[in-house]
Amino acid sequence: MKTIKEKHSLAMRWCHWVNFPILTIMIWSGMLIYWANDIYSITIFGHTFVKFFPDWFYKTLGIPQRLAEGMAFHFLFMWFFTLNGFFYILYTIISGEWRELVPKRNSFKEAWLVLLHDLHIRKTAPPQNKYNAAQRIAYTAIIVMGIGSVITGLAIYKPVQFYYLTWICGGYHLARIFHFALTIGYVLFFVIHIVQVILAGWKNFSSVITGFEVNNEKPKPAIQTLKKDEEAR
Amino acid sequence: MKKPGKKIKKELTIEQKINRRNFISFGAFTVFAVGAFEGWRWLYKSPNETAGITGEAHRPLRKALNKTEIFFRRIAFSENHLVKTYPREMAAKHVRVNSDIGLEEKNKFDPAAWKLQVIKKGGEILQIAIEEIKALPKTEIIYDFKCVEGWDQVQHWAGVKFSDFIKHYQLGDYAKMQYVGMETPDKAYYVGIDMPSAIHPQTLLAYELNDKPIPLNHGAPLRLIIPVKYGIKNLKRIGTISFSNTRPRDYWAEEGYDYYSGL
Repeated sequence: MKTIKEKHSLAMRWCHWVNFPILTIMIWSGMLIYWANDIYSITIFGHTFVKFFPDWFYKTLGIPQRLAEGMAFHFLFMWFFTLNGFFYILYTIISGEWRELVPKRNSFKEAWLVLLHDLHIRKTAPPQNKYNAAQRIAYTAIIVMGIGSVITGLAIYKPVQFYYLTWICGGYHLARIFHFALTIGYVLFFVIHIVQVILAGWKNFSSVITGFEVNNEKPKPAIQTLKKDEEAR
Repeated sequence: MKKPGKKIKKELTIEQKINRRNFISFGAFTVFAVGAFEGWRWLYKSPNETAGITGEAHRPLRKALNKTEIFFRRIAFSENHLVKTYPREMAAKHVRVNSDIGLEEKNKFDPAAWKLQVIKKGGEILQIAIEEIKALPKTEIIYDFKCVEGWDQVQHWAGVKFSDFIKHYQLGDYAKMQYVGMETPDKAYYVGIDMPSAIHPQTLLAYELNDKPIPLNHGAPLRLIIPVKYGIKNLKRIGTISFSNTRPRDYWAEEGYDYYSGL
């Protein structure tokens, strides 16, 4: 027999799907801004492994010469990004859902076992509730990263008025680097997230839209005993 | 006894429940997705504002920039919030030159003949020679100059505080107005500054860079150094200063940048 199992709250689904296009716009407009002073790269011992970003990349996405436009979009959508994130955090605190999300003491050890299992190195995965240990870490980290983006963003947006934020970030220069690195982090998160969602299959994906999962359960033996009772009469 | 014609509400089967909830959820999801996409297309294709004091920005985005300015001026701006200063050894020896708009060589400029012009009410113009300005109390600042492009550099400037300048020339009544406008002598570059930022204690009319007179490409003989703004507002080679209650014209605001551009 099929049963409906409630999985994701409406608030969580709303925040998730609202965040997706907003974050996309923030990353895109952020690139329009970054282009005007694109000095970051990964260079070790004088060898540059990755340059952020190569010319073909800029050309393909139509990035160059759009600093003013990028800033205008960025400073509008920052409001939605922040408010949506704020609402989500507030909701998880009030509803108590944070208990399912925040890593537990053994999560870091367990996450390793989850990783080995996902890579088909280990046969069994540790028992889990709604989210496994690796998910707990990932979904909490992404929220911490979001807070980080808002703080580093404010630190480079108003470094004089919010001088204490700039100070916390280690100065204007470092704040800009953190702000950029967090964005690269989102992109990496996104890639892994998409792969995991595809591997987990349709049932898992659709539950983030509908809020429930359908489970097939065997009929309960309680019914049989009931029949016996009837016969006995 | 049952009343005829009134149907009894049947309990939905589990299958019906699943279908119903799937239909509602996916339906709503699709409606929101299409709505979001259409909304984005509307914004992305929205026409530019009419060119005026500001220009070149999508109309709704300009509105948002102006509203955001008001918000941050209210909740964050204070004349007590000072830009961080550095020891003089940290100041750059080679100071970056990023633009020569308003300093083009084709427009002949004679620094010796230069006088600062302060435009007063009724067309009266106050003419001030650089020696007079240098005779006023000197203020030094070594701070991180920030360009709207994203680079920054620790630089060492010196000059007279704009607020001291206002006091000395008894322009107090003018400082009660909302904006200061500054333009280069050739009128090719111009900025508008809100008064709170202009009279901020770290805003200078600068005539020295690294203890020497400012070179021509950095805006000799007198330039604006306003640490609470991006570099685009730090006008080089000041020709005229004026005051008004409406936004004076601003070179980069006309090109789609935020008028306020405050830090």
